[in-house]
Amino acid sequence: MLQIEDLQVKLGDKEILRHIDLEILPGEIHILFGPNGSGKTSLLMTIMGYPQYRVTGGKILFKGQDITHMSVNERARLGIGMSYQRPPTIHGVKTRQMIEICAKEKIDVDALAKKVNFSEFLKRDVNEGFSGGEIKRSELLQLMAQDADLFLFDEPESGVDLENISLIGNIISELLQRDFRVESKKTQKERHKERTKMGLIITHTGFILDYVTADKGQVLFDGSLTCTTNPREIFRCISRVGYEECIRCAT
Amino acid sequence: MRDLNERALRAKDKTSNLGLDIDLDTYGSEPVSHSYVEDLDALSEADKERMIMAGIDAEETERSGTYVQKDASVIYSRSRQEGIEVIPIIEALKKYEWVQDYYWKLVPVDTDKYTARTQLDLHNGYVIRALPGSKVVYPVQACMYMEREGLSQNVHNIIIAEEGSELHIITGCATAAHLQSGLHVGVSEFYVKKNARLSFTMIHYWAEEMMVRTRSAGIVEEGGLFLNNYICMKPVRSLQMYPTTHLVGKGAVARFYSLLVGSPESQMDIGGRIYLKEPDTRAEIISRAITNGGNIIARGDLIGEVPGVKAHLECQGLILNGGSIHAIPELEGMIDGVEMSHEAAVGKIAQDEILYLMSRGLSEDEASATIVRGFLSVDIPGLPPQLKAEIDRAVEQSDKDMSM
Repeated sequence: MLQIEDLQVKLGDKEILRHIDLEILPGEIHILFGPNGSGKTSLLMTIMGYPQYRVTGGKILFKGQDITHMSVNERARLGIGMSYQRPPTIHGVKTRQMIEICAKEKIDVDALAKKVNFSEFLKRDVNEGFSGGEIKRSELLQLMAQDADLFLFDEPESGVDLENISLIGNIISELLQRDFRVESKKTQKERHKERTKMGLIITHTGFILDYVTADKGQVLFDGSLTCTTNPREIFRCISRVGYEECIRCAT
Repeated sequence: MRDLNERALRAKDKTSNLGLDIDLDTYGSEPVSHSYVEDLDALSEADKERMIMAGIDAEETERSGTYVQKDASVIYSRSRQEGIEVIPIIEALKKYEWVQDYYWKLVPVDTDKYTARTQLDLHNGYVIRALPGSKVVYPVQACMYMEREGLSQNVHNIIIAEEGSELHIITGCATAAHLQSGLHVGVSEFYVKKNARLSFTMIHYWAEEMMVRTRSAGIVEEGGLFLNNYICMKPVRSLQMYPTTHLVGKGAVARFYSLLVGSPESQMDIGGRIYLKEPDTRAEIISRAITNGGNIIARGDLIGEVPGVKAHLECQGLILNGGSIHAIPELEGMIDGVEMSHEAAVGKIAQDEILYLMSRGLSEDEASATIVRGFLSVDIPGLPPQLKAEIDRAVEQSDKDMSM
């Protein structure tokens, strides 16, 4: 479980997250909406533990541990994984090597890469000259290798071409144990009970909702979390009347 | 020969423009002779180990020939493939007249006191030649090994890739573990004939107080390719070199790559200069320098003399733990229609790259090491896999020393 209590965060001198409370239970997927600059990425980076996001109040608990001041790699080892929107290029480090770094044990990198149509890129430097869509597939591939328990997705569908969007959507769904295409002798109820993976997904376009059945939606506006309700409902509301009007329901 | 000696004598005190001036009298030890071995296996384990570090394989598996010189003595010289010649230069000068056509033809004997000394007190060196159309199956390896304290090892090498041939050489310079100080003066002349391909990969593994001055030049004819790789990741007191290559035939290509790690107290001044003298010639100089407290000067100079040439220079430096990096990239376009570019950057490891790797589970130290290793891992197209493996090994090895 991820539990965020009264979290306040500053970036430099600027207050960017105000009194955030958020709880993601094992097996739950949350969608995070919000206009540009509202603090969505900052929230993910804070959960991941980026030191420039300075926690000035409140705390973050994960799997019962207070991780508020834990280093990034300790959080990764504890089971938090993030898909970045604009990850840095690391020269001389091949994508294949990066996938191996992500995996805690030996894995079949080629088989994994094939799933996201990324075999051709394994020999390239990680993120070097990748298009927006290629970055998403690379990030997804890294997360597949990492096999975290809490997945943080920063706009996983932005820049992805139509051909790959269902691919990405379905893989995310699979990572989060929501893939209904999987053959199983178990009933849906049993499978539902077995879900443990948690997800927090930022989306602008809402495309991801066509592939991933999410449990809750939240709107982050000006550093504060407002609505918490059915993500489809929020998405439709934003689409029709815009963020400002939409968050009125909460105020 | 007399003329060469006279010119050398006149230059015997001529200082070099680059690098601190070395008092040659300090390195006055007389060489002691070492006996020739029939099998490299006869070398001591300690010697073998040092040579392995410089890329020399005593088993000679996957090597087309071997030359090993210890101080001033050739202790092993053998070709393992027809069409490939490996001959000690003193023997070659006595036996074959053609060697004169290449001896001091690219590097002037009176360049400075180091070239002069190499002429006046020659401690051998090698001639490695691929006959026309011959293609090596595996690289040829050459090792200049120094054991004698206070010796100045003066060697002259000639490398010839005849028309249509393909030759790959890995050359390691190393010193015995006990050696503290010494001077290595090496003159190398490279001839890449029409449509020939030559790669020359030099891995240096010096002692902390070693002084090194090399003087080398190359010429590449029409359609030829010359790859020159230099790797030095171990401490050295003072190292200065500025190899020059002339692209004199249409479509000739030269690429220089250097990977440098400057340890505390090390002074490295390393450059590369390529003249593009014919249309469609291509040149590339790429250097990656890391300092842990040493001072590194990374020079590069590209001179485009005719239209239709392409040249690129790249100097990247990382300062990890004190020291300095001075990148001096130069481009000289002499006429309309040249395409020349350079990029240079000196900095530190980017924090966002470290955090990115940490978010995949690496500790901060592991992340830095991974980035540094990546920084030093440059793709060198055309390099045989055995040599790629040797370079990777040198990088891995240096990694262990760079505990940050």
